[in-house]
Amino acid sequence: MAKSLNIVRSTAVPLNIENVDTDQIIPARFLKATSRDGFGKNLFRDWRYVNDDENQPKQDFVLNNKTYNGKILLTGKNFGCGSSREHAAWAIKDAGFDVVVSSFFADIFKNNSLNNFLLPVTVSESFLQKAFAAVEKDPSTEVEVNLEKQIISTAGETENFEINSYKKTCLLNGYDDIDYLLNSKKEIEEFETLEK
Amino acid sequence: MSKTLFDKIWEKHVVKRIEDGPSVLYIDKHFIHEVTSPQAFNGLNKRGIKVFRPQQTVATADHNVPTLNQHLPIKEELSRKQVEALIKNCAEHGVELYGLGHPFQGIVHVIGPELGITQPGMTIVCGDSHTSTHGAFGAIAFGIGTSEVEMVLATQCLLQTKPKLMRINVDGELNKGVVSKDIVLYILSKISASGATGYAVEFAGSAIRSLSMEARMTICNMSIEMGARCGLIAPDETTFNYIKGRKFAPVGEAWNKAVAYWKTLFSDGDARFDNEIFLDAEDIQPMITYGTNPGMGIGVNDKIPTSETVNETDRSGLSKSLAYMGLTAGTPIKGQKVDYVFIGSCTNSRIEDLRMVASFVKGKKKANDVEVWIVPGSKQVEKQAIEEGIDKVFEEAGFMLRQPGCSACLGMNEDKIPAGKYCISTSNRNFEGRQGPGARTMLASPLTAAAAAITGEVCDVRELLINEMAEATN
Repeated sequence: MAKSLNIVRSTAVPLNIENVDTDQIIPARFLKATSRDGFGKNLFRDWRYVNDDENQPKQDFVLNNKTYNGKILLTGKNFGCGSSREHAAWAIKDAGFDVVVSSFFADIFKNNSLNNFLLPVTVSESFLQKAFAAVEKDPSTEVEVNLEKQIISTAGETENFEINSYKKTCLLNGYDDIDYLLNSKKEIEEFETLEK
Repeated sequence: MSKTLFDKIWEKHVVKRIEDGPSVLYIDKHFIHEVTSPQAFNGLNKRGIKVFRPQQTVATADHNVPTLNQHLPIKEELSRKQVEALIKNCAEHGVELYGLGHPFQGIVHVIGPELGITQPGMTIVCGDSHTSTHGAFGAIAFGIGTSEVEMVLATQCLLQTKPKLMRINVDGELNKGVVSKDIVLYILSKISASGATGYAVEFAGSAIRSLSMEARMTICNMSIEMGARCGLIAPDETTFNYIKGRKFAPVGEAWNKAVAYWKTLFSDGDARFDNEIFLDAEDIQPMITYGTNPGMGIGVNDKIPTSETVNETDRSGLSKSLAYMGLTAGTPIKGQKVDYVFIGSCTNSRIEDLRMVASFVKGKKKANDVEVWIVPGSKQVEKQAIEEGIDKVFEEAGFMLRQPGCSACLGMNEDKIPAGKYCISTSNRNFEGRQGPGARTMLASPLTAAAAAITGEVCDVRELLINEMAEATN
């Protein structure tokens, strides 16, 4: 897993569907591993194959369309709703994406992504629609995400995006929440004594 | 300054605030299960650290366990390995495990409350989005990812940003045949599957107050289906009476002290919410979903929406949803044939749910071509059902009482609905493939599901109830 992120400039895959839930991103029957690796091959499994058969890819599904590729996934609003399975973020990252762009993300998915150096970028609905239109029309259209400056741009459109400054620092430097918490142990113990 | 219920609990658990960032939030109780914990334990082992406060974590096996012949080794290899990993991890780290065969085993969100582990004022997390269930006790309870499970195991804390606050008020009296599942499906149909994203939701109003604890859990359970970070209900005498005497409930002086504190947990009269919604209980009919997200619900007597009548949020996905479901816009849902009935899951598998179903089906038989699975939420629920003779009622009706687990709610074990088949389900999600690839799920209350089991189609349970009443008078 690539630790630390700043500028991602890449073509994009346009998944123009709203309310994509984590059961679609990674169906429950693929959650039986005890490691974090290898989930990418089952990303959107049931949208990708007929009868779960890898020899029968669904031609109309965008991830099977070789014209589209890149490190940026464009998605419809309310992406990642439903189950808290972090496997959804692992699968997207494992499939080669570093950024997911949507007009609205479900809370738990957003947290899970940030904890895996997969950057969720929330844009306006109008920016999103323009991005979809540009990428669908010309698959070689590049999207650039600059985390440091909190800017996303494509096809002549530019927009600022929000990210809390703590999380931004973590992503830019490759810091984990768990490191921060482990370094706060003394304060946590003091808190426990105080509250008891 | 006046405070909301959420504020009162949140502030008591903030260890420190990071400038321009999240807070370090202390977690009182942590539940874990076999599916979302193995990678977290791997992380601890890699760092060479042990669970920080093992007595504050409780484990069970629920997501992928079989619901028949639980005394035998698990046949499916990957499921067995996950359950074995949980046993090993809990043993190595000193975490209490209510695994298969244990009298307390069951769905994590059923056993926490029934053992009295879940209490008002607590912060509770679990690597499962339906952790919101525990909010019914007036606790801040939410689902987390596996990285966060690792954080809680390692430090008993999480980095969290305070969500916005919403209050949903449901006032008035419920119609006959309308139960708490209908309330929450109705709320979802009004605000959509993303209507509460970014919010903690407090449920209030006289209709919520009048509910039992188990009915309140059903509502908070599905707050995640609105996108809410968590759902909560202020504790009251109903809450205290439910907890009293349970295995891990405080006793003696500790009980009195706890209740005195719990009584301070409510939103002050002039507390401010970022959003407030008011609904009328009288408007709620028995509900059912027709689409592929839980916000796509209608009254059982309503017609399936068309692109003109559907909520704006579901417009773009409507035709894809209906194609998946094999349903037609603008036609009644009543009369739709049902192949399977699943009564179970962390939403509706508690003893009251089973009692409700049993009292309705007593003396009736299921329709011939319908398969009916009743999956109790825990070993304790199962035991109680047998003690009360509910198992016999089910047997006579042709319903199959299975063993505890998440089962067909998410089809991680063998309990899958075949492709193309219709299942009326008391669970919480009707996503594509949720109950098995190609399965078509219609969410409903235990009563509406039981009625469908008898008639073999989607029907209005009240019509059957009225017939019964007429027969009783004759």
